[in-house]
Amino acid sequence: MLLRHTSKEVKEREGLTINPAKTCQPIGAMYAALGIHGCLPHSHGSQGCCSYHRSTLTRHYKEPVMAATSSFTEGASVFGGQANLLAAIDTIFSVYEPDIIAVHSTCLSETIGDDLQQITRKANDDGKIPEGKRVIFASTPSFIGSHVTGYANMVTGIAQQFAVSTGVKKNQINIIAGWMEPSDMREIKRLAKELGVNIVLFPDTSDVLDAPQTGKHEFYPKGGTTIPELESIGDSLHTLALGSISAEPAAIALEKKCKVPFETLEVPIGLTATDRFIMSLSEIGGVTVPDEITADRGRLVDVIADMEQYLYGKRVALFGDPDQLVPLTEFLLDLNMKPVQIVSGTPGQRFEKTMREILDARSPETKFKNGIGADMFLLHQWMKNEPVDLLIGNTYGKYMARDEDVPFIRFGFPILDRIGHSYFPNVGYSGGLRLVEKILTALLDRQDRDALEEKFELVM
Amino acid sequence: MEQISILEGRHKQVFEKKTGGEQVEISCDTSSLSGSVSQRACVFCGSRVVLYPVADALHLVHGPIGCAAYTWDIRGAVSSGPELHRLSFSTDLQEMDVIYGGEKKLYHSLIELIEQYKPKAAFIYSTCIVGLIGDDIEAVCRKVAKETGIPVLPVHSEGFKGTKKDGYKAACHALMQLIGTGSTEDISKYSINILGEFNLAGEAWIIRKYYEKMGIEVVSTLTGDGRIDAVRRAHGASLNVVQCSGSMTWLAKEMEQKYGIPYIRVSYFGIEDMSKSLYDVAKHFPERPDIMEAAKQVVSEEVKELYPSLQKFKKALTGKKAAIYVGGAFKTFSLIKALRSIGMSVVLAGSQTGNKDDYARLKEMCDEGTVIVDDSNPVELSKFILEKEADLLIGGVKERPIAFKLGIGFCDHNHERKIPLAGFVGMYNFALEVYQSVMSPVWQFAPRKGVKI
Repeated sequence: MLLRHTSKEVKEREGLTINPAKTCQPIGAMYAALGIHGCLPHSHGSQGCCSYHRSTLTRHYKEPVMAATSSFTEGASVFGGQANLLAAIDTIFSVYEPDIIAVHSTCLSETIGDDLQQITRKANDDGKIPEGKRVIFASTPSFIGSHVTGYANMVTGIAQQFAVSTGVKKNQINIIAGWMEPSDMREIKRLAKELGVNIVLFPDTSDVLDAPQTGKHEFYPKGGTTIPELESIGDSLHTLALGSISAEPAAIALEKKCKVPFETLEVPIGLTATDRFIMSLSEIGGVTVPDEITADRGRLVDVIADMEQYLYGKRVALFGDPDQLVPLTEFLLDLNMKPVQIVSGTPGQRFEKTMREILDARSPETKFKNGIGADMFLLHQWMKNEPVDLLIGNTYGKYMARDEDVPFIRFGFPILDRIGHSYFPNVGYSGGLRLVEKILTALLDRQDRDALEEKFELVM
Repeated sequence: MEQISILEGRHKQVFEKKTGGEQVEISCDTSSLSGSVSQRACVFCGSRVVLYPVADALHLVHGPIGCAAYTWDIRGAVSSGPELHRLSFSTDLQEMDVIYGGEKKLYHSLIELIEQYKPKAAFIYSTCIVGLIGDDIEAVCRKVAKETGIPVLPVHSEGFKGTKKDGYKAACHALMQLIGTGSTEDISKYSINILGEFNLAGEAWIIRKYYEKMGIEVVSTLTGDGRIDAVRRAHGASLNVVQCSGSMTWLAKEMEQKYGIPYIRVSYFGIEDMSKSLYDVAKHFPERPDIMEAAKQVVSEEVKELYPSLQKFKKALTGKKAAIYVGGAFKTFSLIKALRSIGMSVVLAGSQTGNKDDYARLKEMCDEGTVIVDDSNPVELSKFILEKEADLLIGGVKERPIAFKLGIGFCDHNHERKIPLAGFVGMYNFALEVYQSVMSPVWQFAPRKGVKI
């Protein structure tokens, strides 16, 4: 029954969202803040927000996720949440002892008009912030944008509020991670190291949300970009922002504040996007691309060529977040597949334009919608009208995949029912290889399942 | 071991049972301290979990997207029929709606949804922001109810207006609007409602079967595998049997007042409490000794099968220690008894929503040295688990990875249980799950309880 609720006929809906392909800003801010070492994210709102975000992140990572809340009450909602936040800052520094508190707002605190900048300044003036400790903030009301823009806002807050220019340049490149998994961040660092480029990556959730079992519950795991690293980003030679929606705003803020020039690239998912990333980073870093990386690339190309006949023309429906969808769409086109239906709940004309440009040039018949009304219900309706061979998206896609009996690859946020995303990257050539393997496994398993006995092949 | 301090201002919510120790009354029913890493949720969450299992109702979340996104099909409350409850409907309020109000959007969304899905009733959850911008959702609900002919019930669950318990109450208030609107014709005198059983992993079906074997008619289950029509005729039952006291006692009291239906509190966890919950219902119908006979029959059959199968677990688990941190305190009582029956002792007992009486009873039940906490946080939990050398933590989604990082076993006794833990068969499953986790070979390879291998 669950699966029979989607009607085939697509009707204009008046504002109603069914089965959202997004969630709200604060969780993105919380995720970004977890990528700073010794940082406790703080949710300035009701208790439920913080609890929901922690639960969702815990389900996605199977890791403890620590964050505090202002625990708004009726009184706070009438008189403002300043007292709650000041009390919270006090409590957090004395009991949980973080180096940094990263405060983000919620729909509640934004609507009553709490000004985080003013409140954190007051905390500082009142001596509530111990020597050497920091309180940073980002505005993330839930009624604007999505989890992706919430992430962008916090990363921008990080750049703006930590960066200092000392006047002396440092021989390092900033890489601003758009929304990606800890595994992806680890891979970006590995690639930079292999290239021999000195980088500061922020935020960095590796060794935070993929921590080993140690017999201890580390409140502040070993990973995360450190305060000295973050302060130094103002002296870097250059910034590479990976993701025009989730990373570029921070690069712009940093350029404004410390005059660090930047370049925006897509998250390096797939062949073309990884090529651009490697090229840019080697150019900016003034290094030549080592043979190992060239060989990795060659292996990916080799596999694509080997398996080209199984990829050609396969129709794919996908949903997710802008900075993943853009390079993934490009990659699918590079694989000679057909991404025919794409939705993202995240609004934004920039994203829409980028997607349209790619699609108009290479797949004009593709249906694409983002923002209001672009939910999984719509995608499901599209799939019912024009069947596809493969669905790619977060865990919630499993309902549609089951209903339409379509192979399904989990990709994006959140993934609540499988592991792997925290440990195996999607970025870089090795990430590309992993994606191709997943796609082929899904398609070929299906071919095997459905093959007539006489057509059931041993060698594929 | 390094000393971890307890949050200042939390001393009244933590208690260690010691003879001659200071007898402080545990403080509860308070909202969490600002700045604490609380494991608790909000009013909306309370309402949502209580009403969610009503499978043929429309559940529309009026607010920004998050509240709907995070509660989309996260609870394994199974339905034997319709599954409308498993979809996520939201008015996805935007900035302009916050400025100009969301009533129109709510109205249109409702009309569209009711037209498309023809639900038996609709629950409209108001979230924080709706409480602030002042949408008159009562008026919209009245209007839509009139136009569509189905009950459209506002649930006042603004997140900041109290604790999760207030959310339970708001949900019960909505249910009260439905109860009494259906026909009670043909309902047996020997009938009950099962309150506070949400059919996680099909548990309500198990419980229902026991009662039916006793010759008792189950009029409605609130709200597991719930149906609007059954809720509407709940006032025809002779007795309300209340589990999950935190969420449903209020409703039972209301029904007692309005319809004169008495209620009893029960728990379906563990052999002792499960048996008692059958006997207590039978006792309510003294004129029918056959019901008691049937109850004894059910218990004896089930226990005969269950008891021997538990011995293997008991042998392995005897002497192991458990920490319990769950939502309701009533569940904690049962868990203590259930754990004792498989040879384990409890060194930490806590709940998110227990009340004064609950904690008094908990103090009485617990062994010397047991720590009792209300509304705890990860620092405290880790501290007591290490200090008391627990081998197992029983909790919910946010506690699971903490247990594993500490190198101890875990059992989810919350929304994410995947197998039924209620009933006699549930006791077997519980013992198995505890055994599996505590005795797992993985711990041979892992540093445990803060100590290196």
